[in-house]
Amino acid sequence: MSKLKAAYQTLLNKWHIVIAHRFFWPIFLIVGLLFSIAASTFDILDLYLQLILIYVGINIILTVSLNLINGYMGEFSIGHAGFMAIGAYVASLLTVNVFPQTANMFLFPAAILAGGIAAALIGLLVAIPSFKTRGDYLAIVTLAFCMIVKSVLENIDAVGGPRGLLGMEKLTTLPWVFFWTVLSLWVIRNLVYSKFGRGVLSIREDEIASDLMGVNTRQVKVIAFVVSSFFAGIAGGLFAHTLQYINPRMFDIIKSTDILIMVYLGGIASIAGSILGAFIYTILLEILRPLGVWRMVFMPLMLVLLMIYRPRGIMGLREARLFIPLRDLFASKFWRQKKKESGDASAGD
Amino acid sequence: MVYIFQQALNALQLGSIYALIALGYTMVYGILTMINFAHGDLFMIGAFFCFLIAFYLKLSFVPTLLLTMIGVAFLGVVIERLAYKPLRNAPRVSAIITALGVGLFLENFTLALNPYPQHVPALITDQTWTIGNVSISSLQIIIIVLSLFLMLILDFIVQRTKAGMAMRAISWDKSIVPLMGVPVNKIISLTFAIGTGLGGAAGMMYGLAYPVIDPYMGIMIGWKAFISAVIGGIGNIRGAMIGGFILGSVEIMVAAFLPSTYRDFVAFTLLLILLIFRPYGILGKPNPQKV
Amino acid sequence: MPLLEIKNLTHRFEGLCAVDDFNFTIASNELVGIIGPNGAGKTTVFNLITGVYRATEGSIYFTGNELVGRTPHQITKLGIARTFQNIRLFKELTVLDNVRIARYGQAIYSPMEALLHMGRYNAEEKRITDHAMELLSIFKLDDAANERSKNLPYGLQRKLEIARALATDPQLLLLDEPAAGMNPNEIKQLMEFIGWIRKTFQVTIILIEHQMRLVMGICERLVVLDFGATIAEGLPAQIQNNVKVMEAYLGKELVK
Repeated sequence: MSKLKAAYQTLLNKWHIVIAHRFFWPIFLIVGLLFSIAASTFDILDLYLQLILIYVGINIILTVSLNLINGYMGEFSIGHAGFMAIGAYVASLLTVNVFPQTANMFLFPAAILAGGIAAALIGLLVAIPSFKTRGDYLAIVTLAFCMIVKSVLENIDAVGGPRGLLGMEKLTTLPWVFFWTVLSLWVIRNLVYSKFGRGVLSIREDEIASDLMGVNTRQVKVIAFVVSSFFAGIAGGLFAHTLQYINPRMFDIIKSTDILIMVYLGGIASIAGSILGAFIYTILLEILRPLGVWRMVFMPLMLVLLMIYRPRGIMGLREARLFIPLRDLFASKFWRQKKKESGDASAGD
Repeated sequence: MVYIFQQALNALQLGSIYALIALGYTMVYGILTMINFAHGDLFMIGAFFCFLIAFYLKLSFVPTLLLTMIGVAFLGVVIERLAYKPLRNAPRVSAIITALGVGLFLENFTLALNPYPQHVPALITDQTWTIGNVSISSLQIIIIVLSLFLMLILDFIVQRTKAGMAMRAISWDKSIVPLMGVPVNKIISLTFAIGTGLGGAAGMMYGLAYPVIDPYMGIMIGWKAFISAVIGGIGNIRGAMIGGFILGSVEIMVAAFLPSTYRDFVAFTLLLILLIFRPYGILGKPNPQKV
Repeated sequence: MPLLEIKNLTHRFEGLCAVDDFNFTIASNELVGIIGPNGAGKTTVFNLITGVYRATEGSIYFTGNELVGRTPHQITKLGIARTFQNIRLFKELTVLDNVRIARYGQAIYSPMEALLHMGRYNAEEKRITDHAMELLSIFKLDDAANERSKNLPYGLQRKLEIARALATDPQLLLLDEPAAGMNPNEIKQLMEFIGWIRKTFQVTIILIEHQMRLVMGICERLVVLDFGATIAEGLPAQIQNNVKVMEAYLGKELVK
């Protein structure tokens, strides 16, 4: 009887774990994966809806990775499209020119990964000016980087110059997008809830204080830029194999602005916000498609209004409980329990 | 020798347009420490105003210039009041993003109203003189002389007038100036009016020199002018003029020796190198960090 | 051997000499106050020690290591921590995170382990979280662990800043005007609190203050700075009667 009571007591004490919905994750992952496979194999979803979902996924990857720099770190990068371009070109060149056509199905993830790694290496270079400059000046550095990427691509004939690259197979499928999206969210969430992630946050709050509290700010910046550009590269590769055509102009400042809108719409420094922002923006663009060119008038206007009335976005600086590790979510609660238990133990002695 | 002289003349023409636009960036930065990324698009609006006035009202050169400058200046002030003023105390990032948004809005709005590139009518009969194999057009002379004239007026306003003194005071220390009875909002509006007005004038001159205009023409030229402002030291008015001429010369030189597609590459690489080694530009001063 | 030894430290910016040929030593477990009127260069000395500024001339030795030329986080790792005159917490972050950030150097796992939440990540995170909570409970802040630090009342923010500094496991703690904005009653409590910290954490403390009341009460030794140079040094009682010090504080005319 007393054992039962103890079990009941433990359950009562741990109920908040149930509340935190941790059982949601495996169910979501399995259902999501099965659905994405089913949707693309059997005709459950029509191709247009599948395409929209693919864009939602790609945009989530872009948004969450840019959020790492602009939201969590509080720096300002407008060069995200440049990293995307690198990923797109590297992955496309691999699937079109290097890998044997027949093996593309299997080597596709390798191509995407290579695109991400190439972008990450370049991200390493962009992190270096961020050691010294901040704010406006870093914004200009990233912008200059984006322009240089575009300009270099336009001047290399081997990658089609201004005409761009053609001939990619449509290898980006819903299951792959699902996989990469979940991976990017998981990895960036993991980073955020680690000492490096807290370093990233402390740089946003007060860089000098952060350095004085022992945070190796350079190391943290390098990690943030490398991870961010890696996933931008991944998104670029997926994008290229959805559209099956890329050219340098696609990855200019306008593309970067698109990603910025999604970040600041959904909310800075928030995983849930990134998902929300990418989802709303992508769907909104599709709904407004009949407006034609006026859609492109409406979108920047929305950005301006957003900045004036809700500059941190819908989920700004807040996170859905689902994404927060239990150790952080219930820190004081766990501590109180622990103290109580040790208190009981010492009282029992 | 003749070739070099000819190229120098071209560099002077391009440089003076860059310098005029760069002044707008630098003035706004000086007073609000904000990069007005929409400035390049106001330059584009200047070209379109010039086109509308010259095409529909059929005015001559001087009234067109004045109307264009006034029109763009007015638009600049309206943008500041509606979009930037609410953000004056917000994080700097919000202001930059807003400026990007305003720029995109201007581009796409112009595009929506006017889907095709336009041809600016010639407002002055173009004459070309040849002096010892160097050819100079009347348009070139007008662009260079007019730009220098406008810059001299600006320098006079900023250095010698009361309003100019107030501008310099605000860029020196924003928190104290209102206590001394300086009408900060009016001075900021005035700064925007002058800066964007000069951008409008540059738009018109560009439209006369390269008559085919389109809504996206302001993006790249705006960035180039911005680079000029950074080269000279952003916030520094004389620096913007120097920067404009430096970038103009570099671009003309690149075009002379390399394929013209390398122009942007060189310009942005120059910017990147500058930002890493001398982020405060030629005439700017480094900002000591405060703890 | 002294814990910290500063020799001929000089710092100039834009022609102005903020610190002028400053010499100073402190032994383990001492509590020394640096006082002086506003703008005397006290905070600059802290900034030079912690590597925020780089000294124009002179050297700073801490447990035998030269500090000039090292970055702030390297110096923190050697065992120097500080607080700020105007509180500089990570405002939007939780109280717990404020303290855990200061244990950046104590959590040992690689970036890869962080990205995948694998390997040493879990054990190390548990360790630093427990340590942080322990520290917070010593400061009676454990119930506020999940609060954003900007929501704490002013007095608790000051406390949290000290807790955060202690989280770096310092041997030397630099307190920059901890009594700023406090009333005499609070200052009295603070005096006891500082004494208690010194005993509990076994730290050496340098305290900057311009409120005489605090320093006279707890410091064993005082250094008086004016215009970046030392004008007096000694026991609190000696300093109190020093003419030069009175001049610096009150102006020459008044003293006469």
